[in-house]
Amino acid sequence: MVSFLTNPRAFMVFSRIAAPVLGAATAGALLIGLWLGFAAPEDYQQGDSIRILFIHVPAAWVAMFSYLCLGVASLLSLVFRHALADAAARACAPLGAAFTALALVTGSFWGRPTWGTWWEWDGRMTSVLILLLLWIAYIALRSAIDDEARAARAGAILALVGLVNLPVIHFSVYWWNSLHQGSSTFRAEAGDRLPDVYLTPLLLMSLAYMGLFGALWLVRIRTEVRRRRIRVLTLRAAEG
Amino acid sequence: MLDLDAGTYAAFVWPAFAISAGVLIWMVADSLASAARARAELKRLGEEGDAG
Repeated sequence: MVSFLTNPRAFMVFSRIAAPVLGAATAGALLIGLWLGFAAPEDYQQGDSIRILFIHVPAAWVAMFSYLCLGVASLLSLVFRHALADAAARACAPLGAAFTALALVTGSFWGRPTWGTWWEWDGRMTSVLILLLLWIAYIALRSAIDDEARAARAGAILALVGLVNLPVIHFSVYWWNSLHQGSSTFRAEAGDRLPDVYLTPLLLMSLAYMGLFGALWLVRIRTEVRRRRIRVLTLRAAEG
Repeated sequence: MLDLDAGTYAAFVWPAFAISAGVLIWMVADSLASAARARAELKRLGEEGDAG
């Protein structure tokens, strides 16, 4: 593990195999998850809108997980000043922003028929919106600074400060009176737990979303490593 | 069998799935296209393989 973080060449060899393998596993989980999701009976209360949960919950989980990845990569980049950790942080941002936007949009499509509203400024939804703003701020900050080392440092500090938002998202439904329900999967009490007929496709779709994030993150880190190599070669050529 | 008739919820279910599919496809396409561009540029600069 540590050698991948310190050796871009070893990472490139590892990721060349890992990314397509993860991509293939993702495609399999996605197909089975979708099939089971649309084969499940409609819910007695939510009707067919329950199927939106099979794409909303995975997007929300990956949104939070990807920000945790950004935080860890940023910490390693800030403490050890390692280029591969910073490449991982930078490569993570567009994916995390996209999954967070998906969580918000699909949540709205589920909320309208279930709660009667597209949006409510409650703890869970507002903290996820803040997560999206953090992703956008991170991407904008990095693009605004030409010096890559300074951009990496500034981005890492912003990312680490934003980590405070993750427990807020998770515990928001318990801390405040929220429209959003509490956990209905692993840590749910018996009556709140989703029946297996819904839980199985939800978990498969979550594995697929997680796998997709993993595979694309690897591809984007590889691209980031190459982009830096291109920059070095271009500068070297310009210097003659 | 698959139940693709979302009934009165169709106006919420299908747009949610369509937007998700669009974003996921964009993520895959953009990641692969950027990777291909970087690979081609490195090749143009005379470097091949997985040199970090």
